[in-house]
Amino acid sequence: MASDTLLARITDYANRPDPYPLYAELREAGPAVRQADGSYLIGTYHEIVALLHDPRMSADPRSRTTPAPYNVTRQPPFLRLDDPEHHRLRNSAMRPFGPPHSPGRVDSMRGEIVQLTKELAEVFQEGRQIDVVDDFAYPLPVTVICRLLGIPHKDEQLFQGWTDILVAAADIGPESDTADREQAADQARQEMGQYLVQLGEQRRGRPTGDMLSDLVNEPDAAVRLSTEDLAINTILLFIAGHETTVNLVTNGVLTLLRQPDQLHRLREDPGLLPRAVEELLRYEPPVHMRERVPLVDIDVAGTTIPGGTSVILALASGSRDPLRFSEPDRFDPTRPDNQHVGFGSGIHLCFGAPVARIEAEAALGALIPHLDTARLLQDPPPYRQNAMLRGPRHLPIQL
Amino acid sequence: MPGDLSDGRIVIVGASLAGLRAAETLREQGFTGSLTMVGDEPRAPYDRPPLSKQVLLGKAPADTTALPMRRDPDADWRLGVAATGVDPLEKRVMLADGESLPYDRLLIATGTRARPWPNRDEGSLDGVFTLRTSDEAGRLAERLDAGPERVLVIGAGFTGSEIASACRERGIEVTVAERGPAPLVGALGGTLAKLAAAMQRNHGVDLRTGVTVTALRGDGNGRFTGADLSDGSRVDADVCVVALGAVRNVEWLAESGLAAGPRGIACDAGCRAFNMYGIVTDDVFVAGDVSRFPHPLFGYQMLSLEHWGNAVEQAEVAAHNMVSPGPLRRPHLAVPTFWSTQFGLNIKSVGVPTYSDHVVIAQGSLEARRLAVVYGYQGRVTAAVTVDMAKSLDYYKHLIETAAPFPPPPGAADRAIAADVTIPSDVPDPSGLSHGPTVALTGYLPDRRLTVVQPTR
Repeated sequence: MASDTLLARITDYANRPDPYPLYAELREAGPAVRQADGSYLIGTYHEIVALLHDPRMSADPRSRTTPAPYNVTRQPPFLRLDDPEHHRLRNSAMRPFGPPHSPGRVDSMRGEIVQLTKELAEVFQEGRQIDVVDDFAYPLPVTVICRLLGIPHKDEQLFQGWTDILVAAADIGPESDTADREQAADQARQEMGQYLVQLGEQRRGRPTGDMLSDLVNEPDAAVRLSTEDLAINTILLFIAGHETTVNLVTNGVLTLLRQPDQLHRLREDPGLLPRAVEELLRYEPPVHMRERVPLVDIDVAGTTIPGGTSVILALASGSRDPLRFSEPDRFDPTRPDNQHVGFGSGIHLCFGAPVARIEAEAALGALIPHLDTARLLQDPPPYRQNAMLRGPRHLPIQL
Repeated sequence: MPGDLSDGRIVIVGASLAGLRAAETLREQGFTGSLTMVGDEPRAPYDRPPLSKQVLLGKAPADTTALPMRRDPDADWRLGVAATGVDPLEKRVMLADGESLPYDRLLIATGTRARPWPNRDEGSLDGVFTLRTSDEAGRLAERLDAGPERVLVIGAGFTGSEIASACRERGIEVTVAERGPAPLVGALGGTLAKLAAAMQRNHGVDLRTGVTVTALRGDGNGRFTGADLSDGSRVDADVCVVALGAVRNVEWLAESGLAAGPRGIACDAGCRAFNMYGIVTDDVFVAGDVSRFPHPLFGYQMLSLEHWGNAVEQAEVAAHNMVSPGPLRRPHLAVPTFWSTQFGLNIKSVGVPTYSDHVVIAQGSLEARRLAVVYGYQGRVTAAVTVDMAKSLDYYKHLIETAAPFPPPPGAADRAIAADVTIPSDVPDPSGLSHGPTVALTGYLPDRRLTVVQPTR
């Protein structure tokens, strides 16, 4: 088939269970593969990494003119902004989260995350049927991100509804109902933002030890977020802080149940878990594609991509590039030199990666002892619509 | 014969970063013979970058910076005993305790030591320090813990500037004396040196440039009390740190017949040492700070780099080549990188900034204290230095590797207003600085044919 239909085929829901042959076709046709609508698709490791580090590549959708200009004038969160604005906001958000200002935050959550996974794993009893997504992989990161930000447990349902709408709107694909989705997303974004700003107001002067408290009580006025920035970017932290982790954990269980020898190996040697998580991020990553837009005409391996053109970086394809990884289609928890792009790279490198790593490690650590006799009830399982944030909607297993 | 290379006797002289990484790599690559590690310090290999940072800040004791081992090198460790010579004909390394070690292949990774204060009596005053080893860092940290009135730092290279930064962070008054026009100017050139000077002064450093220290003064009981400067002024201080750069540990090779001198030991791109006639050896290898090696990206000049990253990368290449037959050997072509943290800034460099004639501020701004400066030589990109913008470095590294035209192409997201305005890189002659260069270009221009051999004794 023509290579200019690759993006359409990759986003086609029928190919959700296994997009990897399409990625191989993409790398073969590449490195830069023009699509029928004028956008470009890139799936080779070295080109992806180079573009992720290239300051001429904008993450801001408002830079785009081809195939369709992005008409929304609303300010995006820092995930989709360029420096220096991106740096200012990410820096402010990082202060209550990681080093140098909060070096102990993430590590101090390890104990409670392990405890949480143990509690959630209690339903994994011999003879039962479980949906790994609804019963385990979803509740875990939602609870963690709510605790991290300081959102009361009782309001988690509320957030789940908003999140579903926003994630659907952020997908890429040839569907035509984008206007409706955008409108619904606007509504959800407003409600969620208002909620978070109000919660922040309650914490102003009365901090409760969470990130939201720290953000509103930041003593340095120069880095304190405005109300608007607070709303936009805490929504980002909430969504990015759990959506992807659900997929990471679910993909992990799916991969191990498909490869019992590896499951056995990890059961025997739990010390391999951190490396298994890295391999999972390479082999079955939660984030398959990211969009960038060159601000000027750029050259990618001999192809000139005009400024303003949508460029889709297929990270999941890059992490399976045989020019970078030997036997890329093999899941190997002991793989040396595993510099995958599961968390991206460059200035937008995953903000929450340290939490995701702990969550995935704890989750798989808690589940593996229960998976010995488990089998998949549906393989492939039903997938979520989203091609960019790819993962099963349900993962029914028999214990 | 490949079979022989994985066996035999390998001696590594120098048990620090380069020596350890080489030893690990030898085992990783299947070397099963005997491996002996010789180090003049009694300690197991340790990491030095924290010594001028976390250790001086009191965040980590000096004896806690041991280097993690990636695998057990299964070596015979001869620590606390210096090597005193090499007999390349007999293939033996002589040790200070009188023993001599036979080898089939030798790796020299003896690194550098701190350049001492030239006046021995003044340099031995109580309160005068240099900073290179763990012990030195421990003693200096202890003195800083005691809360001195003022610290005098002589030399504003990276080490001197990091020491001054640590002092200020601890609230200790500090004077920095530098013979050159600004801190870091020898490594980074004029533009960033101005920023470095402003950062020092903003953080309360009493920065004196264009001066030399002419004498260190004691109180008559052997205690340091202050120093005289060339401008006629006097600095009263109770601690003095001499940060005049590094001296390469090559004296022990004076009679080895190897091409060893003040700039290091010359080797080829495969880390094989040259002898004094410029003939390459095949059983003596060099890695780390003590080496000088040709680099194609920088006109094949012989580079000597005092960089953590170079020690690791060169050691890995040297080790690989020590156990590989000719056609499978690799060149050491890594693009130099280094970093420094001082006065709240993260400074990172890629390429060789001193190999430049012009610079341009490509991203960010001096005012924001966040920028990327790109260096060019004769119209191509040769280096980049970022301040609090380290994630941009890989892009510039790619430009260096591909000899991209200078100035770099337009279109960067946070492009500086003056991104087209190239200015002279303003790298001074290192002989006019207090601090020695951490990167030395040691090649010769074709119009200078004469080299003079000066025996060291």
